Amino acid sequence: MTEPLLVIENLHVSVGEGEDAKEILRGVDLKVFPGEIHAIMGPNGSGKSTLASVLMGKPGYTVTGGRILYKGEDLADLSPDERARKRIFLAFQYPTEIPGVSVVNFLRTAYNAVHSDKVLGPLEFRKYLQTKMDLLEVPNSIINRYVNAGFSGGERKRAEVLQMAVLDPDLAVLDETDTGLDIDALKEVSAGVLKVHNETRGMLVITHYQRLLNYIQPGFIHVLISGKIVRSGGKDLALDLEAKGYDQFRVELGLPEGQGAEAG
Amino acid sequence: MAIEQFDPVLAENEAVRKIQGTYKYGWHDATSYDEAPSRGLSHQVIDMISDRKNEPDWMRQNRHKALDYFYRRPMPTWGADLSEIDFESIFYYIKPTNKVSKWEDMPESIRDTWDKLGIPEAEKNFLGGVTAQYESEVVYHSTQKHLEDMGVIFTDMDSALRDHPDLVKEYFGSIIPANDNKFAALNTAVWSGGSFIWVPKGVSIEVPLQAYFRINQENMGQFERTLIICEDESWVHYVEGCSAPTYSSDSLHSAVVEIVVKDNARCRYTTIQNWSNNVYNLVTKRAVAQKNATMEWIDGNLGSKITMKYPAVILAGEGAKAEILSVAYAGTGMHLDAGAKVTHVAPNTQSTIVSKSISKDGGRAGYRGLVRIDDGATNARSTVRCDALILDEDSRSDTYPYNEIEEETGSVGHEATVSKVGDEQLFYLQSRGIDETEAMSLIVRGFIEPITKELPLEYSVELNRLIQLQMEGSIG
Repeated sequence: MTEPLLVIENLHVSVGEGEDAKEILRGVDLKVFPGEIHAIMGPNGSGKSTLASVLMGKPGYTVTGGRILYKGEDLADLSPDERARKRIFLAFQYPTEIPGVSVVNFLRTAYNAVHSDKVLGPLEFRKYLQTKMDLLEVPNSIINRYVNAGFSGGERKRAEVLQMAVLDPDLAVLDETDTGLDIDALKEVSAGVLKVHNETRGMLVITHYQRLLNYIQPGFIHVLISGKIVRSGGKDLALDLEAKGYDQFRVELGLPEGQGAEAG
Repeated sequence: MAIEQFDPVLAENEAVRKIQGTYKYGWHDATSYDEAPSRGLSHQVIDMISDRKNEPDWMRQNRHKALDYFYRRPMPTWGADLSEIDFESIFYYIKPTNKVSKWEDMPESIRDTWDKLGIPEAEKNFLGGVTAQYESEVVYHSTQKHLEDMGVIFTDMDSALRDHPDLVKEYFGSIIPANDNKFAALNTAVWSGGSFIWVPKGVSIEVPLQAYFRINQENMGQFERTLIICEDESWVHYVEGCSAPTYSSDSLHSAVVEIVVKDNARCRYTTIQNWSNNVYNLVTKRAVAQKNATMEWIDGNLGSKITMKYPAVILAGEGAKAEILSVAYAGTGMHLDAGAKVTHVAPNTQSTIVSKSISKDGGRAGYRGLVRIDDGATNARSTVRCDALILDEDSRSDTYPYNEIEEETGSVGHEATVSKVGDEQLFYLQSRGIDETEAMSLIVRGFIEPITKELPLEYSVELNRLIQLQMEGSIG
């Protein structure tokens, strides 16, 4: 039997320290196998982005209980760059600007860091990059611009998908990739995500809205409310959720109104 | 049990070795000089220098007068702390060897230094001419023949005084008078070496001319004097680099650079300053731009213990332009007080100042600038942009912009930003597999990119490499 790519066991995560510490994730369990696309849906403040950040090892989040196993290895002591070199990728909800650093240089630096066994020179890399840009129909103009500087919302997300394609991760986490996209850009970006997906890659798509899932169509849907996965199911669950809204969903499950809505 | 005795000398050597570990240019040659140099400053020292150089009397008198100015003027009390400079412990003049025009003819120990610095290699590959100064004297000089055929004069200042006395007499001290400031006075009194460039009317020099300044002796004072004259419609790019061994006591570098850019001419002066962190770098640089002329200072300050340097342009002719771009990187024990100074005298003149400073490991880097628009400089425009990047909590950045505007139609725009390397930026880069050190230097390279993109490839690579070395040294 295939081994799971990612196993999250009873994960508890807090932000802040001492008396200010606040528990955001309160016991999350999840398994992702190669080739699977999982969606995590939830209202604002349910802990979705915290889950994405903690998977990538962002400083400021403390795992207070449970663990994350990736390819059987506990990620707890690994820095973000070590995780990336083990082929985990996070597509950011709000990609950061790096002024003065061109997309092409940034991508080559990142590629060579992740693929240190087959480092590419500038020309070789440029060829490799072109194949990915052709695949995703990304215009050439983007790669000589500075990383995310002055990019529109759509350009930022397309650049994230391009980075994912270039770095070729085994596990990709997409944090609210639909944020800031109009319907055309959403279609395009989703199409890009699907082109990059394959049977060895696992994906975790985090979103507030069902609309992204119309295009990506994950096989597994999980509803995260107040730091816990309260329901898992197939794609019908997303439609059900869209029809009823999170509030009614809460009522059905007997969850307290608005709990966790203030959390990150 | 062994008793370890604390030996302050050994401890100091240890500290020095540590510093040397991070600075790749910190070696020194065991060069022995023909005559044993002596320390200290006096009118006798000036006569000694003047005698050795066999100078005309006007220059000797000029030196004596300047020394009196130097004695009379107080130390500057603004900017960096200069109180520890001990003028009596410094060697004011050391002649290491005779000047040659072939690297092979140089004493091996000195030649070895230039090889390690890569100067002969650079000359072969992309330079139009090279001057190499070691201690007080230019020890190597060569200009491509086709430039000489076009009438270009590129030589060391001492030779120029001998071979082109009228030109030197006309311009020497005309832009920076001996009593301009205490250190200009000192330079005028004890100057030795430096470059002299005269570009004839209409001549464009397509390849850079380079000078490299090396201090070898501990407690050395290097006082080169540079004069560049661009006749109408000419163009030259001059580049200077510098470095010194790492010692536990201080050296002093105090240069004066004067430039005249005549009608429709353009001069670009690029500095990549990489002194070791026991060098006081106190330099006066000023250019005059005449009608429709363009003067560009590109100033990279990566080393020294203290730097005080404010390249200046006087926009004297209508339509003249000034561009002053500077990068300063201050690490441990460094205080760089650098900036720019522009005076708009004539109408329709323009100036652009861009300053990028980076501080790390307790370093302090600042911008100090003055833009002055004189009454009558109608429609003069100036934009000033200062960006500071602070890489950790122990480091510091200061910005002191001054504007003096006496002309109603003149305008000065000023923008300043101070940023700390954001956790978000670091996390973003790290999430792409780039480790923290590399991520930091990527952010820094991006920060100074507006300057490096202005440089010829070789120099932008060099600038990035030097910053990388500084950052790695401080981490490792």
